[in-house]
Amino acid sequence: MSTQKSLPTTIALGVARGGLEIRQFMRQRESVVFTLAFPIILLAIFGSVFKTTLAEGVTFSQYFVAGMIASGLVNTGFQQLAIIIPMEREFGSLKRLRGTPMHVASYFIGKSILVFVSMAIQVVLLLAAGMIFFGVELPTDPYKWLTFTWLIILGSAASTALGIAFAAVPKSGRGASAVVSPVVIVLQFFSGVFFVFTDLPGWMQQVAAIFPLKWMTQGMRSVFLPDSFAVREVAGTWETQRTFLILMAWLVAGIFLAIRTFKWSRD
Amino acid sequence: MNVIEVQGLHKSYADTKAVDGIDLTIAQGEIFALLGPNGAGKTTTVEILEGFRKADSGSISVLGFDPSQRGVQARIWRNRIGIVLQSTADAGDLTVIETLSHFAKYYSAPRDTDEVINSVGLDEKRDALIRTLSGGQRRRLDVGLGIIGSPELLFLDEPTTGFDPEARRAFWLLIESLRKGGTTILLTTHYLDEAEALADRVAVITRGKILEVSTPAQLGGRATAKARVQWKSNGVIQEEMTDNPTEVVKRLSAQFPGEVPELQVLRPSLEDIYLSMIGEK
Repeated sequence: MSTQKSLPTTIALGVARGGLEIRQFMRQRESVVFTLAFPIILLAIFGSVFKTTLAEGVTFSQYFVAGMIASGLVNTGFQQLAIIIPMEREFGSLKRLRGTPMHVASYFIGKSILVFVSMAIQVVLLLAAGMIFFGVELPTDPYKWLTFTWLIILGSAASTALGIAFAAVPKSGRGASAVVSPVVIVLQFFSGVFFVFTDLPGWMQQVAAIFPLKWMTQGMRSVFLPDSFAVREVAGTWETQRTFLILMAWLVAGIFLAIRTFKWSRD
Repeated sequence: MNVIEVQGLHKSYADTKAVDGIDLTIAQGEIFALLGPNGAGKTTTVEILEGFRKADSGSISVLGFDPSQRGVQARIWRNRIGIVLQSTADAGDLTVIETLSHFAKYYSAPRDTDEVINSVGLDEKRDALIRTLSGGQRRRLDVGLGIIGSPELLFLDEPTTGFDPEARRAFWLLIESLRKGGTTILLTTHYLDEAEALADRVAVITRGKILEVSTPAQLGGRATAKARVQWKSNGVIQEEMTDNPTEVVKRLSAQFPGEVPELQVLRPSLEDIYLSMIGEK
């Protein structure tokens, strides 16, 4: 009897799904270009337009790279998933998965792996382009690389969970991009990705401080900018501990919402 | 042993009764077809049995399990069933073999992927991206995904919509081979010839109610219905309704010197019976 034999584990299937997701992602030229090349194009534009130096040893490109890496967390996780999942729902691919013995957690694990891997590729490309063309400098302090690592892991995990949760909002697959992209773009402006955060109006800073992107960008600045720059932040310090706690809170909220709102089919 | 047992199934959406008191019993190894017009409640009924929807009331047992339950028992249950949905149209960036071997990983005792590819007639498309497949080939892949886990019970929701006649015949052979392997199949279809070719029993469903459950040959009193004998005499088509068509033909052949002009013996087709049952004729 097939009931006697054991089912594959949720983790093993999650890893298998991750591999499949990456393979699918790599075959969609638009998604590869949008996710991997777009940040570099933005860096090229902003790096060429703003030649200013913000402080000693801090070029705008250096400031901008930190913001773009943080944005990448939101783009590859939140934005990508909140657009792709409603499409998978509309196409019926989710309903088909629902009809199999696969656990929903395997699906989530697969998406997390996709986000993490595409994020890693994006970071490498962005840093390489920044170093080669815009004189972006990498930190040498191992402590900063430690911060960088947990920011990437925690940030992409929170972004993944929030993306799965937000995927419940768009009514249709085709309309998803129109619902999700403005949210992300506004957040990017508010969170100090395109402009120096402290130059923004106070109310904008306060709104941004509710959302995770502001904390991701600030965290990435603590990695890529000299510590002497910390005095120019809103609090006068990098607020590393607070960043960790706020991202953690968003991760927990994201997981809770993702589980509560996830739908396999539209009705 | 009955694979499916349903009693007093009800399901309403807003103010429409999609399923209005359905009873069903399907035995192991049986191929059972649900026939009915669009909106009759076929898909709702099947989706409740598949665990996709919750019934408002009624007792349901599918392989001895209530499909509305969740948790690990539900996953063990899903391991034993196969589902072919009405339509799935994913982006298709994977190949046939990649998709099937991935889905095979979900089950405890999957079938051999190449054997499945062969049985759905996709050998030549084994390494083709799904997006390059024709509609009929995609549908055959859907069926392949439905049977990859070697299910004891297979749900097929309008499996051959969009097939050309040749692909349909090939599909029927596949279903026959599954029947020989002992798979129980619940099929919904628009095609009466398909139900007639495949199903051991059919149920006609309309407005959420089952009108009749019978073998295709006996549905609507088809086996005992009067035959219509038609022939041409003096340039006019004549016809006679009879319980004994052989007698009528004997009489006619004595009456005419050679061939009886344009002789036909007609019995109601499954389609005639079906259409009259659902009130279209």
